[in-house]
Amino acid sequence: MSQDAVIEANGLTKNYGSTVAVDHISFTVGRGEIFGLLGPNGAGKTTTILMLLGLTDISEGEVSVLGFNPAREPLSVKRRVGYLPDTVGFYDNLTAADNLRYTARLIGFRFAEREKRIAEALERVGLSDSAEKRVDTFSRGMRQRLGLAEILMKGAQIAILDEPTSGLDPHATTELLGIIRGFKAEGVSVLLSSHLLERVQSVCDRVALFSAGRIALMGSVPDLGRQILGGGYVVDIEADGAGLAERLALIPGVSGVEKTGIGKLRLSADRDVRPEAAAEVVAMHGRLKFLGVQEPSLEAIYTRYFEAKSEETVNERARDAA
Amino acid sequence: MNGRAMQREGSAFSGLGVVMLKELSDHLTSVRMRVLEWLVVLVALAALYGAIQQIKDTTAEDPFLFLRLFTTSRDPLPSFVAFLSFLVPLMAIGLGFDSVNGEHNRRTLSRILSQPIYRDALLFGKFLAGLMTLSISLVTLWLLVIGLGLLLIGIPPGGEEIARSFVFLLVTIVYAGVWLALALLFSIVFRSAATAALVTLGLWLLVTFIWPVLAGAFAQMIIPPDPRYMALGLQTPGTAELEQILARLSPSTLYAEVVVALLDPTTRALGPIYLSQLQGAVLGAPLPLGASVLIAWPQIVGMVATAIVLFVIGYVIFQRQEVRA
Repeated sequence: MSQDAVIEANGLTKNYGSTVAVDHISFTVGRGEIFGLLGPNGAGKTTTILMLLGLTDISEGEVSVLGFNPAREPLSVKRRVGYLPDTVGFYDNLTAADNLRYTARLIGFRFAEREKRIAEALERVGLSDSAEKRVDTFSRGMRQRLGLAEILMKGAQIAILDEPTSGLDPHATTELLGIIRGFKAEGVSVLLSSHLLERVQSVCDRVALFSAGRIALMGSVPDLGRQILGGGYVVDIEADGAGLAERLALIPGVSGVEKTGIGKLRLSADRDVRPEAAAEVVAMHGRLKFLGVQEPSLEAIYTRYFEAKSEETVNERARDAA
Repeated sequence: MNGRAMQREGSAFSGLGVVMLKELSDHLTSVRMRVLEWLVVLVALAALYGAIQQIKDTTAEDPFLFLRLFTTSRDPLPSFVAFLSFLVPLMAIGLGFDSVNGEHNRRTLSRILSQPIYRDALLFGKFLAGLMTLSISLVTLWLLVIGLGLLLIGIPPGGEEIARSFVFLLVTIVYAGVWLALALLFSIVFRSAATAALVTLGLWLLVTFIWPVLAGAFAQMIIPPDPRYMALGLQTPGTAELEQILARLSPSTLYAEVVVALLDPTTRALGPIYLSQLQGAVLGAPLPLGASVLIAWPQIVGMVATAIVLFVIGYVIFQRQEVRA
């Protein structure tokens, strides 16, 4: 893992005076991985990102981005990392292409290469037709896509995206997530932050859940589901047939059967029991109308985790009081 | 490794030229700049017209007739120089008041700073672009005045006069730099562009119009005038000197003094002189250019230093500022 890691943070801490914005967090992001920093606003996600880019001082801890120290070698880091800030801004009086030209000049691309990269990047995000339009006519979704075009143009090895989907309509969000998946396909590592858990769940390989400056949970979504939601699979089934519930309960691995409606049953199991359940229905000559397994949702994981947390603190307080 | 660790990687100025060119093109194409330019040109023409009328009326054998173009006034208009000392700060503030907070508010700052450049390049680039814009306008104005002077007076200026007015042009650019640096500083300190503009303009009003009056009041408070001098209708030397020291804290005073020394070749000193110092002097005889510059040298250096100090304060604050909105 560590050999293929593009970002390694170790005990990263940021203090603003006496308040601790980021509190000793450690994580690694592998090559070609989409890593999500998730959590409510003000949990320290943006501060973490700014420390990775060398845009704010690190109070304590170490971080290495592509083997460079952002505090000491910011130019090397910034040359290889693309950044899409939260609600990215462009120069409204310039066209989309001119905005990218300015950035390309700052990076130091020569004229011919510059024009080629810009045209390709705008094509990739579907803004070719708007290349010569002024940015003040752009919608929010178009601005976000222009921001991604900037990262593409840069040829970044890591894309750091801060709240890329916030404030976008569902269609624009889907488009944007598609482009982000495209990064992964090209071997670009993606670090993205978001407070919209559900949206982001679909693209992230691994996530870190932030809470008050600390990483509360980290891992892939199914792993976290097993860890927090008590493991197991939840299979929903809709079929008719008398005594079906009893027969389903006998399938090995099923720990519980619950009636959720007329002809609707929910099975809790330690593995995916859909094939056996289907076979049982068919064997009874019942009619199978629906059969599905629930993916663990980040929302549920998050809520459950913090419910448990707050109960713990309440208990602790009670103990302290006593 | 230890030695390297203290040093930054790469050049602090990579990207400087790119930022400067972009800012310069922004300035030169902006509506704001066009308005300021027209204001300056129209006002200058009015002042020049007044000066030429006055010169025609009172034409005497003046060896520095051309320089009179800049300094002569005719009621109700002030002289060209007076107009300029009023408008140059206004232009500089107009160009600088939203340079850094504008990037914040457009949310472009963090995106630009995530490119492989240092903050130095951004700030230097902005300052230089502003200064170049002001220089272009002032050089144009200067050529305009010289050309009109040639046409309307009909006497070609001597080399000395051209040299003097050219040094005057350079000093005016330095003066513009002082106000540009101040505007830039406040654009870093205040997140709102309107606040930055108001504070800069307020400070300019204070320093230019109110401070000279206050300087006199403070001087009299600290060193009360001697009744013996007052009885003779003279200023007390101590009080007068202190008043001048205080007044010179204002860049406007410095600029006014330099202008007097440069455009009036008979100026022998900028401040109170004792009779003993005048021994052997031919009153009213002009000084050579070098001597005039020498008289104004402390003031010129003072202005350059003010601009640098203001810029450095802004630089330090900007380096420590958080980029997040």
